[in-house]
Amino acid sequence: MCLAVPGKIIAVHDPLEFYRKGTVDFQGSRVEVSLAMVPEAEMGDWVLVHAGLAITRLEESEARETWKYLEEAGMILEHQEDEEHH
Amino acid sequence: MKNIIEAVTRACADLDEVRIMEVCGTHTVSLFRSGIRSVLPPGVRLVSGPGCPVCVTSQGYIDAVIEVSARPGVTLCTYGDMVRVPGRTGSLEAHRGRGARIEVCYSVLDALRRAEENPGEEVVFVAVGFETTAPATALAVLEADRKGLGNFTILNGHKRVMPALRALLAGSDLPLDGFLLPGHVSVIIGSGAYRDLVDRYHKACVVAGFEAEQLLEGILALVNQMARGTPALENVYGVAVSPEGNTQALDCLDRVFEPVDTVWRAMGTIPESGFALRAAFDRFDAEKRFGLVQGEDTHPPGCRCGEVIQGRAEPRDCTLFGEACTFENPVGPCMVSSEGTCAAWYRYGGVR
Amino acid sequence: MLRGTGTAVSGEMRNTMKTRADDHVMLVHGGGGEMTRRFLDAHVLPGLANEFLDPLLDSAVLPPVEGSLCMTTDAFVVQPLEFPGGDIGRLAVCGTINDLAVMGARPLALSLALVMEEGLPLAVLDRVMASIAGAAGEAGTPVVTGDTKVVERNRGDGLLITTAGLGVLDEGPRLAPGRIEAGDEILVTGPIAEHGLAVMVAREGLGITSRLESDAAPLAGLVEAMVSSGGEVKFLRDPTRGGVAGVVADLVEDTGLGVEIEEEALPVPAPVRHAAELLGLDPLTVANEGKIVVVAAKGAGERVLEACHAHPRGKGAVRIGRMVRAEPPLAELITSIGGRRIIQRPYGEELPRIC
Repeated sequence: MCLAVPGKIIAVHDPLEFYRKGTVDFQGSRVEVSLAMVPEAEMGDWVLVHAGLAITRLEESEARETWKYLEEAGMILEHQEDEEHH
Repeated sequence: MKNIIEAVTRACADLDEVRIMEVCGTHTVSLFRSGIRSVLPPGVRLVSGPGCPVCVTSQGYIDAVIEVSARPGVTLCTYGDMVRVPGRTGSLEAHRGRGARIEVCYSVLDALRRAEENPGEEVVFVAVGFETTAPATALAVLEADRKGLGNFTILNGHKRVMPALRALLAGSDLPLDGFLLPGHVSVIIGSGAYRDLVDRYHKACVVAGFEAEQLLEGILALVNQMARGTPALENVYGVAVSPEGNTQALDCLDRVFEPVDTVWRAMGTIPESGFALRAAFDRFDAEKRFGLVQGEDTHPPGCRCGEVIQGRAEPRDCTLFGEACTFENPVGPCMVSSEGTCAAWYRYGGVR
Repeated sequence: MLRGTGTAVSGEMRNTMKTRADDHVMLVHGGGGEMTRRFLDAHVLPGLANEFLDPLLDSAVLPPVEGSLCMTTDAFVVQPLEFPGGDIGRLAVCGTINDLAVMGARPLALSLALVMEEGLPLAVLDRVMASIAGAAGEAGTPVVTGDTKVVERNRGDGLLITTAGLGVLDEGPRLAPGRIEAGDEILVTGPIAEHGLAVMVAREGLGITSRLESDAAPLAGLVEAMVSSGGEVKFLRDPTRGGVAGVVADLVEDTGLGVEIEEEALPVPAPVRHAAELLGLDPLTVANEGKIVVVAAKGAGERVLEACHAHPRGKGAVRIGRMVRAEPPLAELITSIGGRRIIQRPYGEELPRIC
């Protein structure tokens, strides 16, 4: 009963408040998400987001393993880096 | 993943038909959409459970939602899932056509922001969902409280999963061997919340996520437990689910809500199965603010949604399925909700 | 399209609509008199100028043409009016051009009817008109006639556009479902689900920003490249409302054959996929405005794909499935794990879900 989607925190606002919010990036789509339930999550961390609320922190490598469409993005980035080196 | 499918087939080779209840509506849909249903060996029977928040919402609640949407000055904010559910006088969608102001939100926090930016509007949020969704509502109420908002209320329909599963098993002659448990509810309540299902009811239990591989791993773990004859509580969604759950979210829920007996559509009243706003947050309760009375839970003649959500009937057992009741013209909530069992069968399984 | 308040102009736009009198469309602009003439000269006609439109007669006179005439029309009511990658103007031109193109017709002329709500900011109108001129130019098809009306505040959606298109079919076998046989290949000319998601994400109230862009584009040139590729093209349809799922459901209905689509073959870019997950949508059901679903004869797909790849609008073209004999005929998706599930026409408007 729950669509929750993994994304990466790229900004944190109101860092001192319980009701702190952040910007989570989903490969280009950005949502202002409440971080109230993940006090341990920091900039650069991955979180699982449901209806505008981050419900847990995720380990990036495990997240890429579980959600295959994230792996694709990883591969694209690697390819781009290769091109830049040539 | 072929290997997993083969392993499942091998594991249930010596078993009679195993019946697994996949509790969660999102699991119902994911199982169809991934095509897993079409590759499982016939010995594995998947039975849908009451985990579709729209499907288990009582008729009385839906009628109250529609009633308040017609009150002057009200802006009703809702998740998209609720828009097509039929009440006695039509759905929210139909009422929007008649002039009611209805906004679809991705998050309850959008509704809160709307209330802040439009002090002249009475914003009412349709708060449905299980423990995955309830913490966001709790947070919105806390924020509304902190900001002293006078124009934000919720029509509370949140429910709790475990009491419903207990009720199912307690009352039941339903043969079930195990449960595929909802991954995201479990993020909040923790895998440990389901202990009773193993200890008291001796069912195999596995918490799984929603990607195809997760579903297959979950089903394999269940079938292996059954083959060994040792029901246990397992979690294949460790990336997101811990035994104790999200304690911050649970605390937040506890601050704002208290468990209360609640009517589940076609299942009657289940003890402690819903959330009610604590007295301190009364002024955010739309029922009190607007004097709403939730009417009787009625269901259309011939509609077997109640049995379907309890796993006692399959959609094709209902004479209305695919005939009088289709996704385009739904009779009951199991067909309306995009993750209702009947809708999933109809859309992804074809009408047989 | 989804409406929040019943009038779909954004709150921000409504505030703008209350400002200075000379900044927005007024009822008098639609009155038919001198003010209308001046309004058209300043805001509507400039980008569209061509020999057929310029005389501004009651009807445009077009030169004689050989071949069967094709005619199509569409009304456009999208909200928001402007979105990443396009606006209602671009949509209105491309949608009608493409309805001609997928018939195999060469577009000849467009008509343009605007219904504007009193208070629509002129700056918005100017941008939309520039888009229309741009898209018509890209398509090489002039707007030869048109009409403008203004309705009272709160009676419109800011701006509603109706376009009609005239095209000509050259001699040769028609593109039609009747030609389709089991074994025929199904292709799509590029990545799917971009338009619908870009528009949905751009709607206020969802609180999501993204880099997604509408793919709206005129495709008559791409169709010509495919049809003259040497590979036999039997049928074309653009997957607008209802997405690829809608077209596939149409194919089953129109031919009595089954369809198999390979999930792994579907071209869904990662950011699009992720946005769809976020909103609980199936990319197969999301609208596209710059793509075509192609049914090519068995064995002809390779040639057609080569022609697509050589054309700027067909770079990402791929084979996605095939027509099959099946009883009963169904549209099925072969999933990434090798299972199967039905592809159904979506109910109507897809809404963001949390469950």
